[in-house]
Amino acid sequence: MDKVQKPELICPAGTPASLRTAVDGGADAIYCGFVGSTNARNFPGLNFSLDEMAKSVLYAHDRGAKLLCAINSFPTAGRTDIWKKAIDDAISIGVDAVIIADIGMADYMSKKHPNARIHLSVQAGASSAESINFYCERFDIKRVVLPRILTVGEIKKVHDAIDCEIEAFIFGNIGMMAEGRCSLTNYVTGKSTNMDGVCSPANFVHYEEDIDNNLTTRLGEFAIDCIACGQSAGYPTICKGRYNADHRDAYYAFEEPISLNLTHLLPDLIKAGVSALKIEGRQRSKSYIRSVVSSFRNAIDGYARGETPDISDLLALTEGHKQTEGAFKSKIWR
Amino acid sequence: MNKAKLNIGPNLFNWQPEKWRDFYFEVADVAPIDKVFLGEVICSKRAPLFYGEFDKVVDRLEKAGKQVVFSTLAEVTSNVDRRLMEKQANDKNFFIEVNDIAALFFLKDKKHSIGSYVNCYNEDALEFFAKNGATNICLNPEMPKSGIEALNKTAKQLDVELEVQIFGRIGLALSARCYHARAHDRVKDTCKFICDIDEDGMDLTTLEGQKFLTINGIQTMSYTYLNLVNEMSELQKIGINNFRLSPHSSGTIKASKVFRSLLDGEIDEKEASAMLDEQDLGAPYSNGFYHGIAGYEWRV
Amino acid sequence: MKSNSHFSNASFGKQKANKNKANSLKNLLPPLPLFVLQPLLNHIVSSVAKKHPELFDRLGDNANKVFLIDPSDLPLFLVLQPNPLNPTLKAYNQNEIIEHDTYICGTFATLMQMIDAQSDSDALFFNREIRVSGDSEAMVALRNALDDMEGSLAKDVAKSFGPLSKPVLLAMQKFSKGSGKENG
Repeated sequence: MDKVQKPELICPAGTPASLRTAVDGGADAIYCGFVGSTNARNFPGLNFSLDEMAKSVLYAHDRGAKLLCAINSFPTAGRTDIWKKAIDDAISIGVDAVIIADIGMADYMSKKHPNARIHLSVQAGASSAESINFYCERFDIKRVVLPRILTVGEIKKVHDAIDCEIEAFIFGNIGMMAEGRCSLTNYVTGKSTNMDGVCSPANFVHYEEDIDNNLTTRLGEFAIDCIACGQSAGYPTICKGRYNADHRDAYYAFEEPISLNLTHLLPDLIKAGVSALKIEGRQRSKSYIRSVVSSFRNAIDGYARGETPDISDLLALTEGHKQTEGAFKSKIWR
Repeated sequence: MNKAKLNIGPNLFNWQPEKWRDFYFEVADVAPIDKVFLGEVICSKRAPLFYGEFDKVVDRLEKAGKQVVFSTLAEVTSNVDRRLMEKQANDKNFFIEVNDIAALFFLKDKKHSIGSYVNCYNEDALEFFAKNGATNICLNPEMPKSGIEALNKTAKQLDVELEVQIFGRIGLALSARCYHARAHDRVKDTCKFICDIDEDGMDLTTLEGQKFLTINGIQTMSYTYLNLVNEMSELQKIGINNFRLSPHSSGTIKASKVFRSLLDGEIDEKEASAMLDEQDLGAPYSNGFYHGIAGYEWRV
Repeated sequence: MKSNSHFSNASFGKQKANKNKANSLKNLLPPLPLFVLQPLLNHIVSSVAKKHPELFDRLGDNANKVFLIDPSDLPLFLVLQPNPLNPTLKAYNQNEIIEHDTYICGTFATLMQMIDAQSDSDALFFNREIRVSGDSEAMVALRNALDDMEGSLAKDVAKSFGPLSKPVLLAMQKFSKGSGKENG
């Protein structure tokens, strides 16, 4: 690689134990959220109390890692105090940045805590240089997490036209819909991805296995998929399900169960000017964190030394046992 | 109190230019509509298709006393999108409805509307948009009654008009990928405008045969048609005075007449509801989002 | 709310699993004398609850749920009720009908690996090495709560046996590996 800055490796954590695993595994920064609806991964049993977050900040800082606090759902009218308190709390315990999606909360934070770093969440859906520059001008955001809908070529153009750092996803679940703009879950369950921080909430998910081990996945009233015995399964999300249209049967109308893996595009992404490489999966286990973090730590360090590392062992962690380079490689994906 | 306005949102589907033109001619000639939103919101590739008819349509609508607002793209990824957005947002002739934050970059201090594809869920967001030049905000259809009510209090203080979609399929999600193209084994770049075969979108059913969603290019919509006829008096009580119908290939003009009669007090909700039930749109109505339950549900 | 709706699934899965194992592991194992096993299970639960009280915070309301655990290669069911006031883990004969909220099935080795964070449970689910039905929220909460425990449950449990800890751990590891191999 030419003279380019080695990017930060950004890893997820859903629990303090996962955070310690990520720090110990070589993550440059960890992102995590508070318990409740202020973050976009509001899952049962997941996330941090204020005390746990404070201890985690110390744990990370003592080991040279950063902690990025995700407060990236959209507060509903009448409830903004909860989000504002989360922002104030995060700043008071010394997190290195707050990841924000809501424009009102970005406005609040830029005024109340002008010296703190705002990272614009992927949930803000800022996909163009113009949009990002608007956020930079108004809220002085320091970094944008790009939606997973751009090619590397487009990322380069964005990079050249904006005034802040770029963080890009390189591994994990690949949501098919533009983040922050999907009401599919709410349409089926009455719980909103944007407002409640849930996608396919577990209490609406039901698995039914029949006599031949065919697995029907149901979200609320609707059958999302039926997976034959021996076939790999995926997350019970609407955008990874199989449906019928008038002219075709049982096809993956949006995408098959598959995960994003940009290992082979890492050098291109770094050349395109990406400052931080992000792994998805705050809902995943310590075991996932351990494997993915160490693999990508080796990969990034390897590429920096001019080597081509082998990280084929990540396939086992992918949805449906399949991986894709998604939108990043070429426009053909679209 | 202001007279309640009935508006027609941007056409979201890929209609033949003649169909597109004739729809708006009919709106101009017979529909009791105050504001008409024109412009391609979903796909930058479709935008040039109806340009040939654009001036004629605007002319006819304006002569009929309708206010024309220009709706921008809702998602910007490619350079084509970016150029189209710049052109749309910089158009000097029209009031602009912003459907992606990118438009705000170009609008600077110019007054504008915020469309339902831009997230405005709370008072702080609303205040930011208002101070940034928004005079009207169309809420996301997933907003429940409590949210509409709370937001409208702030909106009144800031002199912003809120608008609520009351009729037509609900836009639920946007993607970079074109699902119409995918359904026909094509990709977005080689789609050959296959979405034009489905004037109200392409229906998806579950493997168990349950009607579920509707595909419109990169957009995923509800299979059900939103219909807030039974909630109209409550919405007015809350203080909402702008109501949006999202256009479909049939039934929109009739629906506009029913809603106008309702707003004018000529008929009551029961009668209006019965009149809308007479239309066979091929799909059931829903109003779940308003009631804070699953969007596809219908609560009487 | 307890449901019986997954009984048929659960007991069916049991029969099926046993059929698959008929020629392998099951023949090597005598029927488990549950009265011998139960004190061990009581010990496991009380030592985990004592060492990781924070686990119950993560479970929240789901601590009142009933989890039916089905080690597919053993002729028994385990029933976990992680109620913070009185957590219990009980063994039942596989022919018994048990009211439950959540059902999870996998080989004993797979289940142990999951609990000890040696394997990613989502990946195990994608590969269909574990099967779940019933209350998915309770399942997810339990998984996340267990995942936040530092260290190895197997080691913790073994350690709590004092001077017997080494042989207990060896036995557990041996069994865990052994039954793992049986299932490829």
